[in-house]
Amino acid sequence: MSEHSRRKVSDRLGIGMTGLATALILAILLVILGTMVAGGHRVISWEFLSQPPREGMTRGGIFPAIFGMVFSVLIMLIAVLPIGVATAVYLHEYAKPGHWLTKLVRGAVNNLAGVPSIVFGLFGLGFFIQFIGRGLDASLGKEMLFGQPCILWAALTLALLNLPMVIVATEEALRAVPRDERAGALALGATRWQTIRHVVLPQALPGILTGTVLVIARGAGEVAPIMFTGAAYFLPSLPKAPTDQFMTLGYHIFVMTTQSPDIEATVPIAMGATLVLLCLTIALNLVAVVIRSRTRNALRKGR
Amino acid sequence: MAGSTADRIDITGFNLYYHATRALEDITLAIPEREVTAIIGPSGCGKSTLLRAINRMNDLIDGVRTDGGLRLDGEDIYQRGIDVVELRRKVGMVFQRPNPFPKSIYENVAFGVRMGGNGLLKTRLDEVVERSLKEAAIWDEVRDRLQRSAMELSGGQQQRVCIARALAVEPEVILMDEPASALDPLATAKIEELIFRLKEKYTIVIVTHNMQQAARVSDRTAFLMLGRLIEYDKTSKIFTSPSNKLTEEYITGRFG
Repeated sequence: MSEHSRRKVSDRLGIGMTGLATALILAILLVILGTMVAGGHRVISWEFLSQPPREGMTRGGIFPAIFGMVFSVLIMLIAVLPIGVATAVYLHEYAKPGHWLTKLVRGAVNNLAGVPSIVFGLFGLGFFIQFIGRGLDASLGKEMLFGQPCILWAALTLALLNLPMVIVATEEALRAVPRDERAGALALGATRWQTIRHVVLPQALPGILTGTVLVIARGAGEVAPIMFTGAAYFLPSLPKAPTDQFMTLGYHIFVMTTQSPDIEATVPIAMGATLVLLCLTIALNLVAVVIRSRTRNALRKGR
Repeated sequence: MAGSTADRIDITGFNLYYHATRALEDITLAIPEREVTAIIGPSGCGKSTLLRAINRMNDLIDGVRTDGGLRLDGEDIYQRGIDVVELRRKVGMVFQRPNPFPKSIYENVAFGVRMGGNGLLKTRLDEVVERSLKEAAIWDEVRDRLQRSAMELSGGQQQRVCIARALAVEPEVILMDEPASALDPLATAKIEELIFRLKEKYTIVIVTHNMQQAARVSDRTAFLMLGRLIEYDKTSKIFTSPSNKLTEEYITGRFG
């Protein structure tokens, strides 16, 4: 075989292998989506989305699970965004890069990202509910208000789980802002905070938003952190306050597939619920893409 | 020798260390008011570092220490209690690469004034923006598109917007760090013309590696090498009969 044809073969092989890997990923995605669509599309209707489950989850819809999911994700965002963004700003804009404390915090963030989500669930149970919740109840003279699983503690546990993601995404976005522009603002007599507020953060916003949407998607789908901290098997009514327990889509799917009294009747509903969750995640990612390209264009044009 | 009447910036025995290395050694130099002082020298000689010492931009770099005197209008800018933000409003800076913010031309020029916090009326701010853009000789080119992004302008225009941005804060001194090195010859000529006019009002210190430029725009020239000030004199003298052999070798292009 000549050198030329040998190179041609290896080239083809390279394209083939990488192409195959890509095709495999696509195939997996299609199989998952296909299975869910095939098994679940028949149950999806307006009633399915707007009605509570009935008859031991063998009939009815998934509305309380969607409601609870949105509720918990909102509280999670309120908690995780300010803390995560602030931490990233501190680490990237204020802290000295070589300082041992900076390294320690960064190491902690990275390790936090590697902790399995079930551990967060157990931590939430021990720390938020047993320690903080019970403590609050004792000091407020309440009986079992905070010291039990509820949306608040589940959302905070989710926030903790997602904190590293927000920090890393924000730091990444801050890193993309040119040093020259910071120097330009400082040289004009802007304070460091003004520079961050008016020059750095506006440019980092698309990156932060992208991270936020990914965090929403992850928060909506995680089950392990919330199963001990607030999610309920079944509730007859919607939660009214953050101190109520809640139903949520991921946990609901888990419950339906493992605890149903009549698996035959539940499977289509479970598949439908999974389809809804998948579509929601995909839709969120699309929203992220749109927001990102819009802010980026607006920035380029300069408002 | 150097401007006995009105020295705006007075540098005496100034040292700057970067971790263990001494980047500037015992610099003594008096920069007179309303003149253009050029700092020249081979790459890495510390000319930018010296420039950035005047508005304390070196503070941003980890591991920088200084000693010796650096006075602006008689006040030591490295003494305790100096407000660096205030100092930088008095000493404006133009960078090597045009670095407008990704905002409108108007917002770029208004930025420093807004950050200064004296809540100007919109009409007053409009005036400041117009005056600064006129002073920077770019008003005619951008007057119809003040709300468009500064990023859409050419490099030379961007640099003049950056100059306007610095002027809007009404500084006394303007530092220019190779302001034309990223620009084409035409844009460079415009910037040089501008520098010539600005010195009627402002004290200008310019770093350049282009010796013709130093000869064209400056009244005084400081020649730096390896962190030391080799020679400082009237530009006409430096470029015709330098007293130091090293200066002569550098300006005749024997090294650098």
